[in-house]
Amino acid sequence: MSSQPAAVQHPPSPQADTAQKTGAQIVWEVLVREGVEVVFGYPGGAIMPAYDAMPAYPIQHVLVRHEQGAAHMADGYARASGKVGVAIATSGPGATNLVTGIATAMMDSSPIVCITGQVPSSALGSDAFQETDITGITLPITKHNYLVTRAEDVAPALHEAFFIARSGRPGPVLVDITKDAQQGLARLDARLPSRPAKYRPVPRPTSEAIARAALLIDAAERPLIFAGQGVIASGASALVREFAEKTGVPVTSTLLGLGGFPASHPLSLGMMGMHGEAWVNASIQESDLLIALGMRFDDRVTGKLATYAVHAKKIHAEIDPSEINKNVRVDVALPGDVRRTLEALVPAVQPRTRKAWLERIGALRGEAGRRDVQSMPSGGKLLAPHVLHDLWRLTEGKALVVTDVGQHQMWEAQYYKHDRPRSLITSGGLGTMGFALPAAMGARFARPNDEIWVVAGDGGFQMTACELTTCAQEGIKLNIAIINNGYLGMVRQWQEFFYNRRYVATPLRSPDFVMLAQAHGLTGLRVTRREEIPDAVARARAEPGSVVVEFRVEQEDSVYPMVPANTDLRDMIRRPAFAEEDD
Amino acid sequence: MGHESAFSIPAGRKIAQTLIAYVEDQPGTLNRIVSLFRRRGFNIESLTVGRTEREGVSRITVVVRADDDTAHRLEANLYKLVNVLSVEDVTHTPSVTREMAFVKVRAAPDRRAELLQLVQTFRARVVDLGPESVIVETTGTQEKLDGLIEILRPFGIIELVRTGAVAMLRGPGNGAQVEASESDDGVAA
Repeated sequence: MSSQPAAVQHPPSPQADTAQKTGAQIVWEVLVREGVEVVFGYPGGAIMPAYDAMPAYPIQHVLVRHEQGAAHMADGYARASGKVGVAIATSGPGATNLVTGIATAMMDSSPIVCITGQVPSSALGSDAFQETDITGITLPITKHNYLVTRAEDVAPALHEAFFIARSGRPGPVLVDITKDAQQGLARLDARLPSRPAKYRPVPRPTSEAIARAALLIDAAERPLIFAGQGVIASGASALVREFAEKTGVPVTSTLLGLGGFPASHPLSLGMMGMHGEAWVNASIQESDLLIALGMRFDDRVTGKLATYAVHAKKIHAEIDPSEINKNVRVDVALPGDVRRTLEALVPAVQPRTRKAWLERIGALRGEAGRRDVQSMPSGGKLLAPHVLHDLWRLTEGKALVVTDVGQHQMWEAQYYKHDRPRSLITSGGLGTMGFALPAAMGARFARPNDEIWVVAGDGGFQMTACELTTCAQEGIKLNIAIINNGYLGMVRQWQEFFYNRRYVATPLRSPDFVMLAQAHGLTGLRVTRREEIPDAVARARAEPGSVVVEFRVEQEDSVYPMVPANTDLRDMIRRPAFAEEDD
Repeated sequence: MGHESAFSIPAGRKIAQTLIAYVEDQPGTLNRIVSLFRRRGFNIESLTVGRTEREGVSRITVVVRADDDTAHRLEANLYKLVNVLSVEDVTHTPSVTREMAFVKVRAAPDRRAELLQLVQTFRARVVDLGPESVIVETTGTQEKLDGLIEILRPFGIIELVRTGAVAMLRGPGNGAQVEASESDDGVAA
């Protein structure tokens, strides 16, 4: 993941190099050598040789119910562990069903390898049964992909795929292997092939750029540190903390950066952007220096670019040079791995405090805090923000939370305070509904002993609810919170704010989630009042199997504050006082 | 060849930016490069691909109309492609850039002498001579070709084909050796 893509050190298995093997056997040999413990997949005609060879190898296979789930599980495993996740599928529809999961991993820089079967090489291009050009289809949503038509090319392609997936800015790699390549024979070289000849994914900032950055930081009066996912991916959390404490600069996080800096730290400000904290967005607009670490100035972070942080100089530390000067023009570019960059930058800056700036932010924070839903009476209603707050309190903030996409995702980001890296897994860039359940299942294999909570809406949960059966079959233990408001809530919120309350295609009927859980042999619970939350959470934690907890929440609540798309960060829609709403 | 860039940084002065990319000669490599230009909205003026002095390595010369920031981002994006070995932006480096054109022009007997004289003035050549037409071959900078074509237009251009630009650095350096370092974990940026 980081600047030193781990050279694979596994000893070759004893059988290697002694005799010819089939391409199918080589697939699993390579996976064992790459340290793979579990793959998520679904068999079919063109991948059958690989499946047939699988039982001889010490790799667990999880049979998904839809290949999208396989890709999300591989992604969840990767994000929970920092290692490469693996999904496997057949040609044609098996391969195309992976596409949403691959695009999700691409947008969030998650290292996964997808292996697909393909029709025999003699049939390529003939529109054979279940043939599809999956390398063509996935070209813009993978870091790289391979079409392998000969058994002897299986090992080099797969080893390269693992290297590319985890090195530099991580991402998905697809390896499409024709059926005859799986059936053909080749010698498996005991020596691991080298990495791609010229692919060198990690740049380094110049010492001159480090020096200029340090000068800007020393001179700034109202600086902010932006912690993005790159902080987590590069393992830079401790260094960011050292950096912030030495310079007295407060830290705000992107959605995917949450947990990279402890939320309970006095210098932590919380999340920035569209549904970020009001004091954070206001501070950004008053800031004179943004120090961006491993993030990409997404439009959900910046709002309208023409009015974004116009008084601030910008320092941008980012492993992918093509992200620098893409959306925001920067004053100092620090291309490279965030941890390595900070190793050079932290000693170069002067220790100091910034009392006036912190007091100013504190004042902004106090004003916003009084408008927070946690300070307001709920009038007997079950409010989703209260559910997330209570879940955080009851799990002592120590759970790994995997969220879906929508209102509940933003409430989680606002009210579940993450103190540790890799304690929140969520689909940020692509915003893929249906992500949470399968991603959490994948995460379970990386974190067998951690408490895991899925937080999903009623809409997104139903997109991949079929994987509940997989949960039951594999004995995967998850606590699944469904925040049920009877709407596609975030779209309804936009309809309320921007489409004159015309609720087109957003009212949503759901199955009885308690009975749905029971139909899968799992436990289902329902919560309709805030007082019931502690008991439900305690029961879910105590059950050995997966538990679905449906929270029937206030139907027309909205996520506040909100910066409408492409507007000034200061133009936030704020939560109205509850007294008015209750009338 | 593409929509206007979606990027929001105010555009600097757009000029013809010339980049040379050395790529592995493998199926799909050109597809990856063209797909990148399309997806990111880079506006291609010309693109030429051909073999090089090295086995298995192709050389792509691409001209985009863009400001310097956009050209830098294009270079960074090209480097993300695994099959791309090296990229050199020669826009602001001493280099030779040429393209070639065939122009089929109407050449009635009464105007033929005038036409041939113009061709000679431009140091172009006639490579096919028919009763009604001639084919003029010319090599040069984009500006020279533009000039010749304008001069020929009044005669009546029947058909025109241009190759797009190829470029080479001046001096003893080789664009393929731009990345000399073999360190395994980093390139200076």
